[in-house]
Amino acid sequence: MLRDDYEMIVGLEVHCELSTKTKLFCSCLNEFGGEPNTHCCPVCMAMPGALPVINEKAIEYAVKAGLATNCSIEKNSKNDRKNYFYPDNPRSYQISQFDKPLCYEGFVNIDTEDGEKTIRIERIHIEDDAGKLNHDDFGRGSFVDLNRAGVPLIEVVSKPDMRSPEEAEKYIRKLKSIFEYIEISDCKMQEGSLRADVNVSVRKKGDTKLGTRTEMKNMSSFRSIVRAIEYEAERQVEELEKGNTIKQETLRWDDISGRTFSMRSKENADDYRYFPEPDLVSIKLSDEYIENVRNSLPELPESRRKRYLGEYGLTEKAANFVTSSKYYSNLFEDSIKICNNPKSVGNMIMSDIARIVNEREEEPEDIKFTGKELGELISLIDNGTISSAIAKKVLEELFIEVKMPSTIIKEKGWIQISDEGAIKEIVMRILENNPQSIADFKAGKDRALGFLVGQAMKETKGKANPKMLNEMFLEELKK
Amino acid sequence: MEIVDLTVHELAEKLEAKELTSEEITKAYFNRIKEIDPKVRAYISTLEDDAINKAKQIDVARNKGEKLPKYAGIPIGIKDNICIKGTKTTCSSKMLENFVSPYDATVIEKLNEEKLVYLGKLNMDEFAMGSSTENSAFFNTHNPWDLSRVPGGSSGGSAAAVASNIAPWALGSDTGGSIRQPSSLCGTVGLKPTYGLVSRYGLVAFASSLDQIGPITKDVTDSAILLSIISGHDEKDSTSDNNPSKDYTKSLINDVKGMRIGIPKEYIGEGINEEVKKAILDVAKKYEELGATVEECSFEAGNYALSAYYIIADAEASSNLGRFDGIRYGYRTSKIESLDDIYVNSRSEGFGQEVKRRILLGTYVLSSGYYDAYYKKAQKVRTVIKKAFDELFEKYDLLLAPTSPTTAFKIGEKTENPVEMYLADICTIPVNMAGLPGMNVPCTLDSQGLPIGFQLIGKAFDEETIIRAAYTYEQNSNFRESKPSFKGGKA
Amino acid sequence: MSISKEEIMHIAELSDLKISDNEIEKYKKDISEILKLANEVNNVNTDGMDETIGANQKCNAFRKDEVKNSNKREILMQNAPSKEDGMFKIPKMSL
Ligand SMILES: [Mg+2]
Ligand SMILES: [Zn+2]
Repeated sequence: MLRDDYEMIVGLEVHCELSTKTKLFCSCLNEFGGEPNTHCCPVCMAMPGALPVINEKAIEYAVKAGLATNCSIEKNSKNDRKNYFYPDNPRSYQISQFDKPLCYEGFVNIDTEDGEKTIRIERIHIEDDAGKLNHDDFGRGSFVDLNRAGVPLIEVVSKPDMRSPEEAEKYIRKLKSIFEYIEISDCKMQEGSLRADVNVSVRKKGDTKLGTRTEMKNMSSFRSIVRAIEYEAERQVEELEKGNTIKQETLRWDDISGRTFSMRSKENADDYRYFPEPDLVSIKLSDEYIENVRNSLPELPESRRKRYLGEYGLTEKAANFVTSSKYYSNLFEDSIKICNNPKSVGNMIMSDIARIVNEREEEPEDIKFTGKELGELISLIDNGTISSAIAKKVLEELFIEVKMPSTIIKEKGWIQISDEGAIKEIVMRILENNPQSIADFKAGKDRALGFLVGQAMKETKGKANPKMLNEMFLEELKK
Repeated sequence: MEIVDLTVHELAEKLEAKELTSEEITKAYFNRIKEIDPKVRAYISTLEDDAINKAKQIDVARNKGEKLPKYAGIPIGIKDNICIKGTKTTCSSKMLENFVSPYDATVIEKLNEEKLVYLGKLNMDEFAMGSSTENSAFFNTHNPWDLSRVPGGSSGGSAAAVASNIAPWALGSDTGGSIRQPSSLCGTVGLKPTYGLVSRYGLVAFASSLDQIGPITKDVTDSAILLSIISGHDEKDSTSDNNPSKDYTKSLINDVKGMRIGIPKEYIGEGINEEVKKAILDVAKKYEELGATVEECSFEAGNYALSAYYIIADAEASSNLGRFDGIRYGYRTSKIESLDDIYVNSRSEGFGQEVKRRILLGTYVLSSGYYDAYYKKAQKVRTVIKKAFDELFEKYDLLLAPTSPTTAFKIGEKTENPVEMYLADICTIPVNMAGLPGMNVPCTLDSQGLPIGFQLIGKAFDEETIIRAAYTYEQNSNFRESKPSFKGGKA
Repeated sequence: MSISKEEIMHIAELSDLKISDNEIEKYKKDISEILKLANEVNNVNTDGMDETIGANQKCNAFRKDEVKNSNKREILMQNAPSKEDGMFKIPKMSL
């Protein structure tokens, strides 16, 4: 934890790969993986004489991103060259946007312990991704694969509005969720389609001037982002307390040692010499175009949240949680079509499903089953076929293999015992074996009832209908 | 008349009439290349086997009565910065000495559709940076009118080849005058089309906002023919114009009556050789005789074109040439201890002096702290130049000017002083800055027997008026009767 | 306007070019002269003028999002000075 007298200032540049069919400037396949250098052509390999032509879908997706994050859209935009030499940058310039980004001045809201907080977005611009460098373990060389070179990216630049690693994580999750909702990116951090450059500075509380910031580039997991911000803020405070100053520099976060390292970069080589890209013409977007894109946006999380609170009566907490991810939200909506029990579905997503996802170190998008299965599962509880204890076990099974819950419980023999005769038999047997509990109950110890029910559940491996058990035990005990 | 003396439209007639075969024409050219090219040195590489095979195939098709494009089987020479799939495209640079292009330029696709036959690739200044072809990393090309002199540049190989009858026509590229100036020095017709009329896809970029491919031909008719073949919208070049293509041969009309021609006085003032000046005024007189009105006008903004041009062209070049890093293609140094060496040594060894000079200057004007004073300012000056042209074209249909301030200069004469060399393009650069079309038309010889050409500058996408005026002049004069002498040894 | 040796070395570094000690004077002289020429732009009154961006007034040259690619890796990589396993090979990078 950061010392009380300091605060950290965090700003993020989130890079998100757009899920267009083709690359930004050529007609090559935009797809993760593939044999090296097979999603390539003279344009993305920067052959002499080859020229870029913009993919109209990429522009549309970027405008969608802007509209969904409350940005203004630049009607007179253009592309600029950013010049630097690196083996994954085949043209030796990235085609990005400098002074006329497609989208500017937006915001998103995140939930914090102190309520809702607004994180301002400075700009969203469009640019192309670099290729991939592979390094072999034997030190023989490095290898350049240009399949990713030219994949369209949007870069979302926030204002330095975050004050903790948790806020940074929430902000990225919020962007991720929005971009998933509007279907412009698969936002898979493990595949690098969502990455962030993290800017951190610290200052004494009460100071209004920003401290010198350091930057950590290309972070691609929530865990490392949180750890890196924590570490870096503390390191800066330590430096300042020692009387040192902070050097503005780019750092590398090392996940294994859990610390940042100074990147030895070529001195003076950070002058990108931006200038307007002469191989492309300007991008002029009409009001009509922008309105059409706006009208094509699906229902956004904010609106779904309100609907869940009103129409479905979810708690604030459940509505927030379920809408935090498109995958949860879609799972929710698909499930209630089948079981018509929004509260139970919401609770199951928020508690059991979220817990399992966490344990498996996965993300909501990794969930393989759908509303069809979850809806049936809730129905099975509601009609008394299974207990909620069994439902949890079925859920675990669903994460392993997608099958209909009714099939799973049949195969596993988990159908709830609701037959009055059978329950009665069990109740009588348990009472016979536990005379002490009967005495306790009669002496006014209510806990004894819970014990007896527990014994019955244990005996039936959770299959007995708990409600019936309860009633029957009470009936017998009161005799 | 020998085969190689004929223009392309004459060759096409003879092919059509079956008086000649494509094979005969192609072989005549290769024989002539063997005889003359050792003196002129226009070709970097020749494609004899491919060319003769293709010519034979076309003859077979023609004999079978197959429907062929009008100019099928006619040979052509290509400047060595235009990509032909499977052949070397060197840009006259050590950097690309062994580079085999994996794809065809759009203009080459168009020539393929027309079934033209490629004679070979023509010498140039390295990456098209120069005005004398002396910046070729391989060898100098010599001016056929006087072998001790330069052919101009950067398309010096293309102009010298056409002037020497070792190519019936050729493609060049023009960033600041690289088609027109060598055409003027070699006595060929050279057209720099309006920016956007001809696709740049597959032209190795020098300065993206200025480069244009265009024809270098023996006469105006051939220029109109070749322009009709290579022009038109290309979806692979974002800066390519969207209008449908035109048939420019319709503008081959011998009539300039009523045409309004302006001569900017700055173009015939200081720094222009007296004989050149006189020749231009004679051309003006001729146009008046033919029924046009010719009037002196002012084009002050043109004075600043050169300075703005070198800022913009070099800035774009410094970035365009960044891709030559020794990783995917091109020269790679043998001195490698680190990754950095691949970049720095490959580039330092692979690029020639002039190219490096321009990369350095271009980097300087874009670098932090200088951008506004140079690049941004130059882009504003460019707007001033465009506006000045717009104003002139409210009054005139065409502008008449010299193409080159002097006739061909001696090899080695200007190599030590880059700025003096840059002045060779003083008359052609404003046209590129404004994206306008301009044509060199040969008109006479100076007292040393060297060609002088004049330049016609038109409105954007109005190549028709240029072609019409140039054709009219040509029909009423006799430059084509003069032939290069191949005199003078190597300097 | 003349350019200093340090400035030349700085832009050489940005350009990934190496200039040897015996070349530096020549570059210094030539680039200073070209800069003198370039500086003439400052004699032009450009008040109220927009920058020309690109050479023509076109806008919105877009491409449809359709996959088109028939390029063979062998051909695209035929010029590579060094390659292995379908990738361009470079010296081991220090991370
Ligand atoms: Mg970026
Ligand atoms: Zn591609």
